[in-house]
Amino acid sequence: MSGEKDLEQLKKEAVAKAKAAAAAKRKAMELAGGSAPAEDTAAPTASAEPEASTPASDDGDDLAKKKAAAVAKAKAAAAAKKKAMELAGGAPPAETAEGDNAPAGDDAKAKAAAAAKAKAVAVAKAKAAAAAKAKAAGTSADSDSDAAPIGGDDEKAKAIAAAKAKAKAVAAAKAKAAAAAGGKADATAAPAAEAKPSVNQAFLDKYVKVISEHLGSDVLEDSYINKLSKDVPTLVAKRDTYYKIAQFLKYNELLGFDYLSELHGSDFETHMEVYVHLFSYKNRQSVALKVKIDRSEPTIESLQPLWAGAEWPECEAYDLLGIKFPGHPDLRRILLGEDWVGHPLRKDYEPYDVEV
Amino acid sequence: MIRTEEMILNVGPQHPSTHGVFRLVVKIDGEIITEAKPVIGYLHRGTEKLAEDLQYTQIIPYTDRMDYLSSMTNNYILCHAVETMMGIEIPERADFLRVIAMELNRIASHLVAWGTYILDLGATSPFIYAFRDREMIINMLNELSGARLTFNYMRVGGVKWDAPEGWIEKVGSFVPYLRGQLIGYHQLVSGNEIFLDRVKGVGKYTKEEAIQYSLSGPNLRSTGVKWDLRKDEPYSIYNRFNFDVPTSEDGDCLARYHLRLQEIEESLKILEQAVEQFPGEGPIMAKVPKIIKAPKGEAFVRIESPRGEIGCYIYSDGKKEPYRLKFRRPSFYNLQILPKLLKGENIANMIAILGAVDIVLGEVDG
Repeated sequence: MSGEKDLEQLKKEAVAKAKAAAAAKRKAMELAGGSAPAEDTAAPTASAEPEASTPASDDGDDLAKKKAAAVAKAKAAAAAKKKAMELAGGAPPAETAEGDNAPAGDDAKAKAAAAAKAKAVAVAKAKAAAAAKAKAAGTSADSDSDAAPIGGDDEKAKAIAAAKAKAKAVAAAKAKAAAAAGGKADATAAPAAEAKPSVNQAFLDKYVKVISEHLGSDVLEDSYINKLSKDVPTLVAKRDTYYKIAQFLKYNELLGFDYLSELHGSDFETHMEVYVHLFSYKNRQSVALKVKIDRSEPTIESLQPLWAGAEWPECEAYDLLGIKFPGHPDLRRILLGEDWVGHPLRKDYEPYDVEV
Repeated sequence: MIRTEEMILNVGPQHPSTHGVFRLVVKIDGEIITEAKPVIGYLHRGTEKLAEDLQYTQIIPYTDRMDYLSSMTNNYILCHAVETMMGIEIPERADFLRVIAMELNRIASHLVAWGTYILDLGATSPFIYAFRDREMIINMLNELSGARLTFNYMRVGGVKWDAPEGWIEKVGSFVPYLRGQLIGYHQLVSGNEIFLDRVKGVGKYTKEEAIQYSLSGPNLRSTGVKWDLRKDEPYSIYNRFNFDVPTSEDGDCLARYHLRLQEIEESLKILEQAVEQFPGEGPIMAKVPKIIKAPKGEAFVRIESPRGEIGCYIYSDGKKEPYRLKFRRPSFYNLQILPKLLKGENIANMIAILGAVDIVLGEVDG
């Protein structure tokens, strides 16, 4: 659910970036004088990205420029073509896949094209950066960077400028790569942190063991340590076994979760979820119990017979999310009142009276 | 035999002794309550719904308005939840400022609870005394945060303002002052026979019932459960301070009354040590990103507010707004036991029992 969302966000960002890049390029071309579709201006065109310090300039014919130029060639050609067409009064061709002007319409094709372009730009950048790096390591005297003083005769200043350009290029490449990788970065960072077992792992193992010994091994959907939530052992019950597990958590002598600290529901669009935080005053231990329920008809057994403290929280979940709790003695709209239309905390809630 | 007739009596929602817009529909038979039904929701503002469209820092002012008598703890619980998820280390000075602010606020809150409770029972002047001393705290917190009640003081990663010059010394000198005042409070009220008659043995419940009904804070500790999250699941820098967790075995209104006064004394102990150990200088904010984004996942944290266990649940999908935010509001949970306590009670005890629960309606209704 949220993964898709992220992807969409990512896509949007990529499109926006590509558009910005295209705009910058167009501007640069206009500044350079409309009728300059020659091969050797390809490099400056390519370098006229938002990060304007990519190592390619018009005087050197070194390695970096060659590489960058080679990559940018196709692009520049496309740009030149488009420019020519524009000059000729023709409409820009629709298939500017490697071109620079993403069409205003945001249909799937345009998106894909923009994304592909963004990728190509990133590749070009990365290559240019790598080349710059190699060169900076080898000979630092090239005046390949925009930042290098033109006509400067000081070797040192040049070296510094080259190093600066390199750092900038690398940073740019990195940023691009990060943008391309998007949310993957934190996904890969998470497993690295899980190397050390939590202090609560033993408790979780105990709970799971006791539960599976008494209720069967298939009553739990999942069990894990929630690292974000102060390492609380978390049990995910199946819809049918939720009440049985809750009952067991309360009355089993080894577990003895006598205190219901918190109960609430959440709407996750694909499903509803009830989250219960239990605590044992005897063992001084917490556990979180979760259960996923059907969103179109959210119903789950009430815990009020087990913990009297669940009465109002369940009313609240019913009021704000529409979750029904069979077995509850007095399920009512506790906060909003009986005449309220809809359940506000549902993600698809539309206010009945917009003035309220 | 006297013939009695059942009648329905409506109390509130506009009634001074309900401490806010709280309504109670009671069925009485003569003077005996046969059924009591709390009606809440008059102050529901949909904080959790609003929060889904707000960035984390923007939610902090909304938490001020939940438990408006102890906004500092509300500020803290939200920041604490986000910091827990992001794994942010708080600078020492910020932690000290937070603890001092929270403990001052706890004292102010308990002073209101004390003063209004006596007022509910018919004595006017203790209320004035309590508010006089509370005013001094409010002024200090005003100097710190720029607001009297809705402080909006804490941020994810630290606090918004550093202490003004001489402020810490002011807090330090307030501690012995209030200690002296507390003696006066006890002399004024605690031994009063009329007061004792009204509260002793009234509204009694057992330890098991308290746990069963999810009570927390003084309402729980009055039955002998020695449990305080500051001590037992230490957060911030509470493990650096020496203080007791007062409990009582009686479980009646008088026990809760005494516990709150004793908790003021314990808070004063914490303040004294915090002022002593207060670091000379240092940052008041950790290095946090400009736009705070909690990592994907969920977290539930709880801390000790003056009224009990306040908790915050966040489900984040990695954006700058929470996908789902939920507050565990102690007054909401504590109030659940009221119908059970009132059943079979004399109507005159109703206010005594309600006042001892110490509710804040902004928190009950969310």
